[in-house]
Amino acid sequence: MTSPLRREDVAKVAKLARLSLTDEELDLFTTQLGQILEHANDMSTLNLDDVIPTAHPFGLINVVRDDVVRPSLDRDVVLAMAPDTEGGRFAVPRIMGEAP
Amino acid sequence: MRLPGDWEMVVGLEVHTELKTATKMFCGCANHFGSEPNTNICPVCLGLPGSLPVLNEHAVDLAMAIGIALHSRIASSTFHRKNYFYPDMPKDFQISQYDLPINSGGYLDLPDGSRVSIERAHLEEDTGKSTHLGGTGRIHGADRSLVDYNRSGVPLVEIVSGPDIRSSAQARAYASELRGILIATGASDGRMEEGSMRIDANVSVRKPNAPFGTRCEIKNLNSLRSLQRAIDHEALRQIELIEDGGTVRQETRHWDENLGETSTMRIKEEAEDYRYFREPDLVDLDPDQRWQDRIRASLPAMPAERRAKLKARLVSPAQAQLDAVEVVIDLGLESFANAAIDAGADPALAVARAANELAAGIEDLKNLSAEAFSATLLMEQRGELSATQAKTVLGELLASGGDPKAIAAAMGFEQLSSDSLGATVARLIEENPDEWTRYREGDEKLAQFFIGQVMKITKGQANGKAVIAELQARR
Repeated sequence: MTSPLRREDVAKVAKLARLSLTDEELDLFTTQLGQILEHANDMSTLNLDDVIPTAHPFGLINVVRDDVVRPSLDRDVVLAMAPDTEGGRFAVPRIMGEAP
Repeated sequence: MRLPGDWEMVVGLEVHTELKTATKMFCGCANHFGSEPNTNICPVCLGLPGSLPVLNEHAVDLAMAIGIALHSRIASSTFHRKNYFYPDMPKDFQISQYDLPINSGGYLDLPDGSRVSIERAHLEEDTGKSTHLGGTGRIHGADRSLVDYNRSGVPLVEIVSGPDIRSSAQARAYASELRGILIATGASDGRMEEGSMRIDANVSVRKPNAPFGTRCEIKNLNSLRSLQRAIDHEALRQIELIEDGGTVRQETRHWDENLGETSTMRIKEEAEDYRYFREPDLVDLDPDQRWQDRIRASLPAMPAERRAKLKARLVSPAQAQLDAVEVVIDLGLESFANAAIDAGADPALAVARAANELAAGIEDLKNLSAEAFSATLLMEQRGELSATQAKTVLGELLASGGDPKAIAAAMGFEQLSSDSLGATVARLIEENPDEWTRYREGDEKLAQFFIGQVMKITKGQANGKAVIAELQARR
């Protein structure tokens, strides 16, 4: 059994996800997410030694495509959707740090 | 470079290589460097809602080729989302491999005999390319940034070495050998200047047999020279810091090639801040034995084997010739050297001409056939061309192709007739009686003096061996 979800855990995850939450929302989500985690923890009570971990119910592996070029989008159409462009590029507010 | 006192550096490298596929990792957009900005983009690589990634089979082929060449274990693997917000990644996550990479373990043997372990070589997608405008041009001074997503979603393999490297020279040798392997497997073109191979270096320092120190990760190493300089600089910085009573902080540092120093980029985040989780739109990748065997069977000889083979063709080679072999292998020129040797050229000459003249004209190599290269060397060897003339003919062949004999004739490289060469030598003997006497008395070095004089008069058109023959005839 892992330790119960704390309010500051939710605040941290919200910050990482760039979500701005009110105090009421923080309380609400701490309760709700805590219940989900608690439910997931029920699994820990089962003996699953013989069960192979699966990520999909489909049993599919190696879904691949041939390395063949397909037409890309029309640049003008794409750039028309952007708030700001310059010289065929998307223009964004200046970046404060480098990519992680 | 030697570190002060008994300090030792501990280095591990992360090498990112773009794969030479026709299309991107998860969509059919062209994987092509140098296209007009944002012309190779689609809903998948722009991260538009509802788009779904489908894995490129050839990217898997190339990732396995790299793994096999590095003696890795290929295993069932999965894809994860690495979550972060940055404009060069429009989905706000990068698809990468996390706890189950396609290639685990392995090693790379370096020409000096040392072995560097490989921890993993996993698949991931590249990010878009941002250009920062205004201010100093460096990221912190930019007023705004422009983004081109042509590179977004280009397949990458990240090759992570163990912390086994103990000097900047060894780091360079590792990167160079790995680059040769990437080119040999066909996985990458290895062009560091175009960013198709990029290196991050993890550097720490310690006293002998002490536990590893705190490491810093250096980014932005886009040449072998930068790699070597940055590692030396960073190790010295850490040693100075520690000897002054400070402690090294784990962080990411940026290498500035012009300043020749590293500077803090950001404090290293905890791995869990990326909130890795399984990419729900992709299924497991588990190449069966047949797929692996097909890739294994298609692999050509790796640089180490090719280097050994070419060295074996040289007769008691001098160090300069062994160095030339390194250049020939690094640049993939041994098909020329081998063809010339097969045709009867002196192995030392073949390796030297390949390492110098062909290396200098490598951009134009498509104009030169192995036959034309061999023919030129044989003409030189038979005395039909002087060394200088042979180099000129090779230069012309590289520039515009053609037939060496025709080029030699067109350039007026008819060998000086022995009559006029003889007359020139006779005149020089008359004009330099002291040198001639010493040569006759057995001072062979003076032959070089006469050859030099003849070359001066004939503007380099004479053949050195023919001059010696004329001298000996009069001795």
